[in-house]
Amino acid sequence: MKKITLHIFLIIAGLLTLAPFIWMVSASLMNDGHASVYPPRFFPDEVTFIQFERLFSRLSVSRNLLNSLIVSFLVTFISLIFNSMAGYAFAKYRFAGRDKLFSLLLSSMIIPAQVTMLPLFLMLKSFGFINTYLAIIIPGMANIFGIFLIKQYAMSIPDSIIESARMDGASDFQIYWKIILPLCTPILVTLAIFTFMGTWNDFLWPLIALTDSSMYTLPVALANLMGEHTKDPELMMAGSVITIIPIIIVFLALQKYYIKGIMMGSVKE
Amino acid sequence: MATVELKNVSKIYSENVKAVDSISLKIEDKEFLVLVGPSGCGKSTTLRMIAGLESISTGEMFIDEKLVNDIQPKDRDIALVFQNYALYPHMTVFDNIAFGLKLRKIDKNEIQKRVKNVSDILELSDLLNRKPKALSGGQRQRVALGRAIVRNPKVFLFDEPLSNLDAKLRVQMRTEISKLHQRLGVTMIYVTHDQTEAMTMGDRIVVMKDGTIQQVDTPLNLYRKPVNTFVAGFIGTPSMNFIEGKILKNNGLEFNSLDESFIFMLPEKYIEKLENWSNRNIKLGIRPESFSYESKNDNSVKIKIKISVFEPMGNESFLYFNLGGKEIVSRVPGIIEQKVGNEIDLFINSDNLYYFDELTGNTIYVK
Repeated sequence: MKKITLHIFLIIAGLLTLAPFIWMVSASLMNDGHASVYPPRFFPDEVTFIQFERLFSRLSVSRNLLNSLIVSFLVTFISLIFNSMAGYAFAKYRFAGRDKLFSLLLSSMIIPAQVTMLPLFLMLKSFGFINTYLAIIIPGMANIFGIFLIKQYAMSIPDSIIESARMDGASDFQIYWKIILPLCTPILVTLAIFTFMGTWNDFLWPLIALTDSSMYTLPVALANLMGEHTKDPELMMAGSVITIIPIIIVFLALQKYYIKGIMMGSVKE
Repeated sequence: MATVELKNVSKIYSENVKAVDSISLKIEDKEFLVLVGPSGCGKSTTLRMIAGLESISTGEMFIDEKLVNDIQPKDRDIALVFQNYALYPHMTVFDNIAFGLKLRKIDKNEIQKRVKNVSDILELSDLLNRKPKALSGGQRQRVALGRAIVRNPKVFLFDEPLSNLDAKLRVQMRTEISKLHQRLGVTMIYVTHDQTEAMTMGDRIVVMKDGTIQQVDTPLNLYRKPVNTFVAGFIGTPSMNFIEGKILKNNGLEFNSLDESFIFMLPEKYIEKLENWSNRNIKLGIRPESFSYESKNDNSVKIKIKISVFEPMGNESFLYFNLGGKEIVSRVPGIIEQKVGNEIDLFINSDNLYYFDELTGNTIYVK
């Protein structure tokens, strides 16, 4: 009896959580004005893709989608490389000032991102990078959270494996590329998801750093849309769907690594 | 030729911690040399310095008569088998063995040939496609061996490779490694804390303590002629019994235990050597094997003892009792069944006794 109650409760909670998303997708498939009808309709009377057509043809959302994709992939890829190199170095190499440097980096995480945005903006402006992809990529090339995650994970790799590779004749880079990276796959995937999602959903920084609407990433473009088309909820819902769907796909595809990465922590072998 | 020579090699960590204190050692070509000693004696550090994984603080290291202090591990032409195997978890057995060869850009067909050859020797042919996590401990150790063999190194180094295996497997692998040594005819340096492994496998054994070499010799010489109480107590199992006492002049030489409960006359042939030690504190060493139920010769000393612990091993038994104020262990034939509390006569073969200087621990006289 208890089990059935629990299941019913969970199903209801699940439906309540999903409801806004279902409504969002529904509304995006409705014709103009059908979303604000009274009594409210949960599912469209007739499915139409006209909202999406409008977004892509008239409002060049395709350009914004491309911006988001390029920037998110590049930042994820570049930051994975730099973070993993730094994390491995902090975990397995001994050098003067290592621990102090790491503590310093960790303590800088206290500083809120908003505080750094003005100096960062001025610096990038002096380089001429404002309103280019570089404005998003450069600040994202490495981050302390990523270095920390990888360092903690890499510490659990037994030293003897690295020594064995050294004796086998591997150079430092070869050890990094052929041994460390493959062994860090779970945490790298976890970090990739974090970074991709973070970059994709980032709103404030792209809003500041990008000035042309053609350079906007999707979150900024969506906000713009909302400002101009408050009377078109179906259009805005379509914009939201485009913004969210890629992230959901990435997450669902990689979630088994994500869970494993969180759980594995520093327990290995 | 693959000799290894250490000249006054030390490993000093900060704050004057000397893990290895100025050791000098020459390992001959094709020799199987064992470094043995308790935890923390410096044997692993020494091995790692030979491998190049630890830098040498002072002294010189020669491999094949070439100075190698500053040469990278990969250029020293040596291979190391680790205690925890150190296999690459994300690679198959084949890739694990082939890793070093691939790095050296050896031809693919040549790699195939060499890996197949090694896996035949070690009976790994059926396991080549498995990953380490699907292997048993013994199989993993063989893969680690294979990885070392396939590189055709001048010197093999082993860092307690059998410590993680269960007792039976350890005995099996011991003979396999010995056979491998005979087959390959390569210099091997082997580190262990287990004196049984050392005795059964080594051509020569280096007994280490606190970063220094206590004695280097063949197994039997170490057993028969230890230079101090440490070596005497380390080699041989169960270990040698020590009783503190004095040698007194009393119509010849007489040993008195400190508590004077154990007294016997030394055989005449010892008088010349031990005369000068009379009235000084000495330690008497009696191996468990020197006790017996019957008198072996005229020099046998008869003692009356009360058994405190009885351990039957089948073909032999260990009897524990008090003698001269110390708990003594003896090894006797297993045919007689004893009980705790039994009071019996035992004989000590005084031809087989050891005498040590109490102050320095050095051996005064041994047969």
